[in-house]
Amino acid sequence: RAAPLTNTVPSQVVPGADPSARQLCFAWGPAEVLVCETLFGRAGGFRSRAGAAARALTGSVAGTGDGAPSSSHVFVVRRDQDIYIQTLRKLFNESHGIFLGLQRSEEELAGKSRKAQLVQVSKNYRSVIRACMEDMHQAAIAARDPALQGQYSTQVSILSAMELIWNLCEILFVEAATAGPLVLRLLDWVRLHVCDVDSMVREVLSSESPSKHKLFWNVVDVFVLQGRMDEARHLLSKEASANPTSMNMYKILDDLMKKMPVPSLGNTQTLTELELKWQHWHEECQRYLQDGTFASNPHMESICKILLGDEDAILEKKELMTTWYHFLVTRLLYSHPTVKPMELRFYAQSSMDLFLGGQSSPEPLDMILMAAFEFEMHQVIKECSIVLSNWWFVAHLSDLLDHCKLLQSHNLYFGSNMREFLLLEYASGLFSHHSLWQLGVDYFDHCPEYGRVYLELHIERIPLSTEQKALKVLRICEQRQMHEQVRSICKIMAMKALRNNRLGSALSWSIRAKDAAFATLISDRFLKDYCERGCFSDLDLIDNLGPSMLLSDRLTFLGKYREFHRLYGEKRFLEAARLLLTLMTAHIAPCSFWMTLLTDALPLLEQKEVIFSAEQTYELMRCLEDLTAGNPDKQKFQDDDVETTKVEMLRLALARNLARVIVKEGTVEGS
Amino acid sequence: MFVARSIAADHRDLIHDVSFDFHGRRMATCSSDQSVKVWDKSENGDWHCTASWKTHSGSVWRVTWAHPEFGQVLASCSFDRTAAVWEEIVGESNDKLRGQSHWVKRTTLVDSRTSVTDVKFAPKHMGLMLATCSADGVVRIYEAPDVMNLSQWSLQHEISCKLSCSCISWNPSSSRAHSPMIAVGSDDNSPNILAKVQIYEYNENTRKYAKAEALMTVTDPVHDIAFAPNLGRSFHILAVATKDVRIFTLKPLRKELTSSGGLTKFEIHIVAQFDNHNSQVWRVSWNITGTVLASSGDDGCVRLWKANYMDNWKCTGILKGNGSPVNGSSQQGIFNASLGSANTSLQNSLNGSSASRYFFPPLDSPRAGSRWSSHAQLLPPPPLIEQSCDADTANLQYAHPRRRCVSRPLNLLPENEGV
Repeated sequence: RAAPLTNTVPSQVVPGADPSARQLCFAWGPAEVLVCETLFGRAGGFRSRAGAAARALTGSVAGTGDGAPSSSHVFVVRRDQDIYIQTLRKLFNESHGIFLGLQRSEEELAGKSRKAQLVQVSKNYRSVIRACMEDMHQAAIAARDPALQGQYSTQVSILSAMELIWNLCEILFVEAATAGPLVLRLLDWVRLHVCDVDSMVREVLSSESPSKHKLFWNVVDVFVLQGRMDEARHLLSKEASANPTSMNMYKILDDLMKKMPVPSLGNTQTLTELELKWQHWHEECQRYLQDGTFASNPHMESICKILLGDEDAILEKKELMTTWYHFLVTRLLYSHPTVKPMELRFYAQSSMDLFLGGQSSPEPLDMILMAAFEFEMHQVIKECSIVLSNWWFVAHLSDLLDHCKLLQSHNLYFGSNMREFLLLEYASGLFSHHSLWQLGVDYFDHCPEYGRVYLELHIERIPLSTEQKALKVLRICEQRQMHEQVRSICKIMAMKALRNNRLGSALSWSIRAKDAAFATLISDRFLKDYCERGCFSDLDLIDNLGPSMLLSDRLTFLGKYREFHRLYGEKRFLEAARLLLTLMTAHIAPCSFWMTLLTDALPLLEQKEVIFSAEQTYELMRCLEDLTAGNPDKQKFQDDDVETTKVEMLRLALARNLARVIVKEGTVEGS
Repeated sequence: MFVARSIAADHRDLIHDVSFDFHGRRMATCSSDQSVKVWDKSENGDWHCTASWKTHSGSVWRVTWAHPEFGQVLASCSFDRTAAVWEEIVGESNDKLRGQSHWVKRTTLVDSRTSVTDVKFAPKHMGLMLATCSADGVVRIYEAPDVMNLSQWSLQHEISCKLSCSCISWNPSSSRAHSPMIAVGSDDNSPNILAKVQIYEYNENTRKYAKAEALMTVTDPVHDIAFAPNLGRSFHILAVATKDVRIFTLKPLRKELTSSGGLTKFEIHIVAQFDNHNSQVWRVSWNITGTVLASSGDDGCVRLWKANYMDNWKCTGILKGNGSPVNGSSQQGIFNASLGSANTSLQNSLNGSSASRYFFPPLDSPRAGSRWSSHAQLLPPPPLIEQSCDADTANLQYAHPRRRCVSRPLNLLPENEGV
């Protein structure tokens, strides 16, 4: 073997001394990758101890020399980290049920009821995320280790981002809220997720005199920005009662806020009606602002401006909104309450630009939300796949969108493939976990194109550490008619049992595998054991072979031979004798075993009562002669004293039996 | 990706190969110290060395497991010109007590006159067979006709490849439509333009292996080669480690269209080619579903390649040795994705998420992932604790990250092309 590439991998280098010369070798496992430092392309092979001759042979110094410190570590690398996070198990387990429910759900439900069903599924997924966040939050509280705490809170924020995105997708894609209700849904979404201000609200409300609190107006603003009019008015009324002088001003503002037309969720008003009312109300606000009604109170003036949808006024409250999408929703509420879904992209983009004001660039989360506002579903899933550390989110979301028939309408081939692609990834990840793999099975079942072959490849790698586990895996394979995997699992178990000398288990596994050759081999071991010890092990199994006995000739013989022993034990000598003879004459018994069978016949021949008929005795004699004459190891019978004695004894017994039976048969026939 | 565990292998010389068994519960390592070690994973996930023995009188290049249907069987090949087959026998009771198992040599395959560079068991549907290749350019295929007697191996085929062989790969397809097939790579580095990858197919009529194809475009030395699991496809996928990573598809043409009596001809396409390892690539290997290819090269990295659903191949992850000196304890730091605190590895998983989750064409390069993780990172733990006093977790809400902009040290790999 010529030394290749000595320029890149100098063979003189002592491994490890020069970091740049190190490479990695690796191996894939079902769930993990092994990685280890090595040095490729070395020509040599003998350790330096092997001497100069070896070195001359290879032309290089191969070894590190004796006593060199061990440099070798093997690293076990895992790919799907999240799968191993204990607190996420709930997410995986419970979403699995929702997923299955969705697959089974009635496609024929048309229109509204189908949509309601899908929205419910979406909400179920979100509530699982929320429950998981809660658990994670509790775990973070309970954690003493700051590192662990950090890990949990990281997870919480990831989960909360997932829920934020999912919720938006639910509103825009699954429910597909229309103009009017759309703004209300987005308001709910913002209220649910923009919650930094909640502690401030609590602080103000719980203070002795809220209206004196320095953050009072901030809280009122927060309520107005989030469209929480009743709460805002409630607070304002407190302030009003403390300032009787400006009572009138408060009353006017309160009235404006009360009268603000809101889109209704039902069909009670048309969009035109709403727009008309809105226009009217808007003009009223405008009037009060222009005639300086609120001029004496800048707080109230700014609230009035917000009601009018004044962008600058709203933007001034940037700190209270914290995010551009809050700004977007507030802006929509006060200037475009009847915004249509398809117009969202324009407002979203400009809101983001205005809000960020060129000071910071959008983050991945912003890009994902923006893609959702633009109704770019594929973009949402794509970006999420890139930034999220697990496949759970994208797999379940795209499956849901697929059930909404949204991915197909985009592009049939491409879309349905994406769903499967993501589900396959997710389920493969589950299979790298020692118990979650069972969930993965169902996901593969619902991947029409590659699910089956993925399942085949993954399930045969599940370690068969106990019989119970093997049976569990086996059941899954049997239910799906995965014959090759069933055979293989049984074969592996049979081999394992045989290696550990558990013959009964080995036999039953090989019967299950329908492995005739192996059944023959194990039957031979049983028979050998019997010959050595004179008794059978695993009687239950052999007695109850039934039709599976026919799997191999040797197994048939084993079963029949055991039956002979049972008959003999039950003193059913005539039947036993007949069976014994049949085993030889029908060539069920292997020739090597005939001597044992003939020896077994001895006690029957010696019984007081005559058992073998004359004809049967002749057959037995023929068998014995065939065996001694036809046996190529004739030598054996001549040399071996024991064998010779045995043959002699048999001949004697047969002759005596023949004599007795002739007398008996003659007597019976004569009488 | 993250490092879950580090195991001190305790070989006295360079390790050349590591190998997982079929179920991933056992592994074997082989080394220039002429020994093979077997490791078993305990219930709690720890790895214990359960056997270590001298196997050869030269460096052991490769070690590989037979399918568990054949029992616990290993094959090794060495610079000492031999390959050997080992079987674990169920030990005496005191062996078991000590947690040790006993491996016996079942056969030594001595037909090669030069270093045996690779050994691979055939797919299990072919029975218990193994192939070796050697530096003198011969591929040998052996068979154990009686799987209960591993001391009898017969040399079934000898294929002369004319060029020094470095690696072999069986086609794993068990489809009846596909004849047994083996690909051979050569690391011959004399200046020539001979194809360094040859594909041999078993011909039912002649009962011999005959050359079906040669990858004419691969003329540089080849160090490793790997067929992907078939997944029921009609065509085959072959990865080649040469001066770069290459992925080929081999589509069998219909037999009647071929001229060479019974041998399949293939339509060969290169579907991906990556030179990110900068120089030589030494190992390629597929995960069990054949959806991710890992490669290792002179840049000291293991790179993962994955096709998205539009069959675009991308790097989806990198493992890098940091080349830390090898004396003693500093080994822990070999990977950038360190073993450190759980938190660190989580950060890494976030940082690397762009890489490890990549399956779309790149968009706006340097951004994805890192920011997200900063989002995740910025959640301050203290308020979390304060909120616990509320006892009302039903309304659990979290601060929006942008509120607190803390700069966070990035721990990204230098060549994170997933992003």
